[in-house]
Amino acid sequence: MIVTTEKLTKRYGDRAVVDGVSLSVRRGEVYGFLGPNGAGKTTTIRMLLGLVRPTAGSARVLGEPPGTPGALRRVGSLIEGPGFYPYLSGRDNLRVHAARRGVAGTHVEAVLEQVDLAGAAHEKFRRYSLGMKQRLGVAAALLGRPELLILDEPTNGLDPAGMADMRDLVRALAARGQTVLLSSHLLGEVEEVCDRVGVISRGRLVAENTVEQLRGDTVLLVRADPIEKAHVLIEGSSVHGDVLHVRQTDAGSLVRTLVRADVDVREVRPLRRTLEEVFFEMTGAA
Amino acid sequence: MGSGVLGSGVLGSGVLGSVKAELLRLWKWPATWVLIGVWLVMTLTFGYVFNYLALNGGADTRDLSQQQLISAMQPENVGAAVVRGLPMFGGAIILVLAALAVGSGYGWGTWKTTLTAGPRRVSAMAGTLGALGIIVVVLVALTFVVDLGAAVAVASAEGWEWSLPGLGALEALGASLLIAAMWTAFGVFLGVVTRGPALAVGLGLMWAIVTENLLRGVGALLGPVESLTEVLPGGSAGNLAGAVGGSGAPGVLTNLGGTTAAVFLAGYVVVFLGAATLLKVRRDLV
Ligand SMILES: Nc1ncnc2c1ncn2[C@@H]1O[C@H](COP(=O)(O)OP(=O)(O)OP(=O)(O)O)[C@@H](O)[C@H]1O
Ligand SMILES: [Mg+2]
Repeated sequence: MIVTTEKLTKRYGDRAVVDGVSLSVRRGEVYGFLGPNGAGKTTTIRMLLGLVRPTAGSARVLGEPPGTPGALRRVGSLIEGPGFYPYLSGRDNLRVHAARRGVAGTHVEAVLEQVDLAGAAHEKFRRYSLGMKQRLGVAAALLGRPELLILDEPTNGLDPAGMADMRDLVRALAARGQTVLLSSHLLGEVEEVCDRVGVISRGRLVAENTVEQLRGDTVLLVRADPIEKAHVLIEGSSVHGDVLHVRQTDAGSLVRTLVRADVDVREVRPLRRTLEEVFFEMTGAA
Repeated sequence: MGSGVLGSGVLGSGVLGSVKAELLRLWKWPATWVLIGVWLVMTLTFGYVFNYLALNGGADTRDLSQQQLISAMQPENVGAAVVRGLPMFGGAIILVLAALAVGSGYGWGTWKTTLTAGPRRVSAMAGTLGALGIIVVVLVALTFVVDLGAAVAVASAEGWEWSLPGLGALEALGASLLIAAMWTAFGVFLGVVTRGPALAVGLGLMWAIVTENLLRGVGALLGPVESLTEVLPGGSAGNLAGAVGGSGAPGVLTNLGGTTAAVFLAGYVVVFLGAATLLKVRRDLV
């Protein structure tokens, strides 16, 4: 496990902004941390980096307590927008960061290339567009080849092409075995690049699973005639118009049951909900 | 693993890297050189240009005798010329520099980047203080060089017999550094407490230029307040400057012994930096 949290909680006043979150990120996976605005994603990430002290519960990052040099040196992060010196160039900002991280300055050029910012590296950060600033933030996170990359809404402010670039970058990193914790409220982004997803809503982790599982491959859509008879025969089924939704995956035994009872089976297929539907269902945000 | 063994090494390299990073960004910060430049122009103008004009303007030199003016501009008295500017106006500029350097990091988000880079918070803070310390030493050294240049120029132009400052100037320079250190520490403290540049600078300037002077005014009526003003930050600085030969500038006092004043100043340095570091280490960064 790269990251584990145990009932991690942060209260501001008497409001639990993060409430008993127990999540785990495994080595080599891209973990999507999904939740609507204000759900507590950034606060959780701040606790993982030692910026904010938990009110209760605990966390381990790479086996170390959050915020210790042992953990921080091996984690690259971008939290809620990049924080750089406006009067320095992108390159100088990375040099400063490299010095703090104890990383050779030569690595600066490599990460600038990686985020496609080499051409604008001499310009002052202040003059960067939103997307360029964001990419510089990712570049800083990549400095020193960290074992874990924590990116809090890295596509914030990026145009569609920029978003696609970011997804490609994350996928390329993942292909090399990079562990990534990526927070987002963009479902498409998470669906495309993440292996597993933790869904947070109002401070609580409401689900943690693979994208496939969350989407509900466990639900079968059944079109049968007469449908009422099928509904009675199959336990745990529900009628949706002229089809049934069934919470099980063994299509074979389901079909056998129906055929033996003389029910015509016209169609059986896994019901693929989009992650969006699942998300709205779980966060009650619809 | 191993971080226990490497603990001290990690801490050490953390401090060095942090100093390097902070020095890099302070050195390339226009504000650093604007403030130092403003100070050098002020010290030249008030220490030499006006005195020179007064001397050559003839009879009306107000309450300073010709002999005093000449003595103030002599190259051998350049140590006193450096120290007398620092208790009030020089100190105010140094305080602004420190408050800006620390306070702006909150708005820019660079503290967040700094504290997640790897070094412990104490090391990050030590890096900032170390770099600010170097900048302040540069400021005092430049003041000395510029003042010496001006003094030699005036002495040559006037055809005085002059000699370079003796070892006695070291005492004045040491006092200058201590006074500068106190104002730096004050600025750092305000920057951390207010978590921003604006209020820190406002409060600092108010204190350095207005509050202490008002209290001195009250002190003329109330004995206890008068004794108190002698040992407030600006009062201690003024007394130390007075004790090492500085005179004829606003804020310079001669009511306390040099050692007492120096002890108070050292105490302020410790208290301000201790409190700032403690806050920095303890407080959540959001
Ligand atoms: N320092 C603080 N004091 C009080 N409340 C806070 C503080 N920081 C965060 N909050 C509250 O905690 C909640 C969660 O904030 P957080 O930034 O973690 O959400 P998020 O999931 O990152 O949202 P977004 O998608 O908008 O970035 C918000 O309602 C916010 O107002
Ligand atoms: Mg957020």
